Amino acid sequence: MSIKVYYFASLRDTLGKAEDNGQVTGSQTVSDVWQQFNPENPRSSSVLCAVNHTYASMDHPVSDGDEIAFFPTVTGG
Amino acid sequence: MVVELCPLPFDPWQAIGKHASNGNHHAQSVSNGASAVFVGTMRDHNEGDGVVSLFLEHYPGMTEKELCRIVREAEQQWALSDVLLLHRTGQIMPGEAIVLVAVWSAHRLESFEACRQIMEALKQHAPFWKYETLMDGSKRWVSHNTPGFAAQGLGAASDIDQ
Repeated sequence: MSIKVYYFASLRDTLGKAEDNGQVTGSQTVSDVWQQFNPENPRSSSVLCAVNHTYASMDHPVSDGDEIAFFPTVTGG
Repeated sequence: MVVELCPLPFDPWQAIGKHASNGNHHAQSVSNGASAVFVGTMRDHNEGDGVVSLFLEHYPGMTEKELCRIVREAEQQWALSDVLLLHRTGQIMPGEAIVLVAVWSAHRLESFEACRQIMEALKQHAPFWKYETLMDGSKRWVSHNTPGFAAQGLGAASDIDQ
């Protein structure tokens, strides 16, 4: 499966990258995707996640073509 | 309902006037008996430090979708005749408007409550992130918003921010 992963704000600075593109295999979750692309950076419990522009839990299953985003606490308004 | 992201400065009062005078919207309806407005502006200080500018990052696609969801949710909960929601992105200077929430309804209860609900939901869920430039030239991400409800206030969750 081909997916896109985006990182925003302070999380992007911490990881030193804005995105990942790649293949995932089998029945993977959002949490698995983080682990695959960031094996040396344990995910903080405060990190939020969206799949295809909608908030999702870390155990949300990933499908081919999904756009996954990880980001810190939001601070708009 | 109108929801827009604004990459350039906007005058919230002009925006309300323009919206209300546009015949396509329900804000000018004579059946309205109430309207409530919240305008958030950029402060020149935060957490004890002087702030000279702010960059407001967002997640294109998701931010618009989330703002529309928040407004639709308020429309489902309250009898509203119209909602105008504008939110800045990009470089912002002190005194400039960051966000405008304007709500029209037949009675004041719906306008007051929906305006606040939209604002608090936006603060908690809309994917925006503030990056401050301080007086000494240093930069930092804003890690959290301040509480939007008084400690003994409306009985809402204490972790809802403003």
